[in-house]
Amino acid sequence: MRDLLQEKPVAKTSLAAHGLRFEIDGEAKVDIPLLRLDSEGPTMILGPNGAGKSLTLRLLHGLLSPDAGQISTPATRQAMVFQKPVLLRRSVLANMEYALRAAGVSRAKRRTLALDFLHEAGLAGKAKQAARTLSGGEQQRLALIRALATDPEILFLDEPTSSLDPSATQAIEAMVLRAASQGTRIVMVTHDLGQAKRLGRDIVFLSRGQVACHQPADAFFATPEHPTAARYLQGDLPL
Amino acid sequence: MQDFALSFTHAMGLILQGDAELWAIVTLSLQVSLTAVLIAACIAMPLGAALAVTRFRGRNLVVILLNALMGLPPVVVGLMVYLMLSNAGPLGVLQLLYTPTAMIIAQVILVTPIIAAITRQTIEGLDAEYAEQLRSFGVSASAKIPTLLFDARYALMTAFLAGFGRAIAEVGAVIIVGGNINHVTRTMTTTIALETSKGNLALALALGTILILLAIAVNAAVSSVGLRARSMAYA
Repeated sequence: MRDLLQEKPVAKTSLAAHGLRFEIDGEAKVDIPLLRLDSEGPTMILGPNGAGKSLTLRLLHGLLSPDAGQISTPATRQAMVFQKPVLLRRSVLANMEYALRAAGVSRAKRRTLALDFLHEAGLAGKAKQAARTLSGGEQQRLALIRALATDPEILFLDEPTSSLDPSATQAIEAMVLRAASQGTRIVMVTHDLGQAKRLGRDIVFLSRGQVACHQPADAFFATPEHPTAARYLQGDLPL
Repeated sequence: MQDFALSFTHAMGLILQGDAELWAIVTLSLQVSLTAVLIAACIAMPLGAALAVTRFRGRNLVVILLNALMGLPPVVVGLMVYLMLSNAGPLGVLQLLYTPTAMIIAQVILVTPIIAAITRQTIEGLDAEYAEQLRSFGVSASAKIPTLLFDARYALMTAFLAGFGRAIAEVGAVIIVGGNINHVTRTMTTTIALETSKGNLALALALGTILILLAIAVNAAVSSVGLRARSMAYA
């Protein structure tokens, strides 16, 4: 997996959150005064359950409106891959074409572009199949190329491999690394420390809705700046 | 009891011989009810979907009202449409009373809430699954309605068939606004009511048999649609 990183990933765009705050029933679930994502390689968001990882990802992508603060990025094209792939009740090809149409790709180009991406993901032979009859790994691969086909400048991923077996996980990771090497900024939530080491160049560690650490990956895994993160890496279950 | 057996034999004879009067009645019934359900679906499906994806004050009340309207008593709908269409009514000039059009109007009113309520429920469930993904695609709240309707197409066929089942079996509304006029507005249900009271059991039984067969066919269609949807994981 490491050799894929030989092509040095350089994300072409950046993303920043200022004074970001999101509350549920008056309690701050996310409270991030400043977070600037401008590393060259993929950002991994880590943290224990309930730390606000998924909420933060949704706020950064704009799926949720914050109670305070704003997100700033020059990127106009963003996409997200969810933990459980949301596939339309249509064929594999129709799923691709729907996303391309929503992204404003002209009718003439949609089919060719969709088939090219399906081919790349090894799904071309299943283009006509009902998308939801694909295996779990294939479904997530489809969700990922459907996102990548719209040429996003930022790609958000929320634990995309949490229910996949090792080979399906590897396929997803390879596709994510390829996108990163082509300049897409990757922001990914994961529970899998091995995955964070394999993919991450930049680590954001969240604890109780706050950024406890934001360090380059090598530094984070060697000496995390925050004791909670250190305990998390040792396998303790911090609250 | 022997009378009954004789009537039944006679009834089967009417069906098998393709009795002209019988089939004229069946055809008119199907025309009226299918037209009514098609019109109702065109109104109810977008309406139900819009209600499913929007949030506003009083929405719960609207949903409760809509669900309650599913049980509208047909005779009351018939009475309301009669009052609207009668010569003294606001739409009297259209001269629609005692025509198939009047029956279609009454059935549209009966069936629209049924299809709208089922659509609302179906689309709300689907939207819960799709909402984040569609927002991520950049699809606006109004633009997602056609997507949701299309992706719920199998479930919505069930709503359509439920509406048809209600329309074809209903008697109270069509008898008031249609008048059960021979060769003009006699449907299966109104004819059964009339012929039974006249003692002409053969025609009534023949029509009753066809109605029951239709009900079975509609239910078979519902379950085969469901099976097909499940086989493609579209349910």
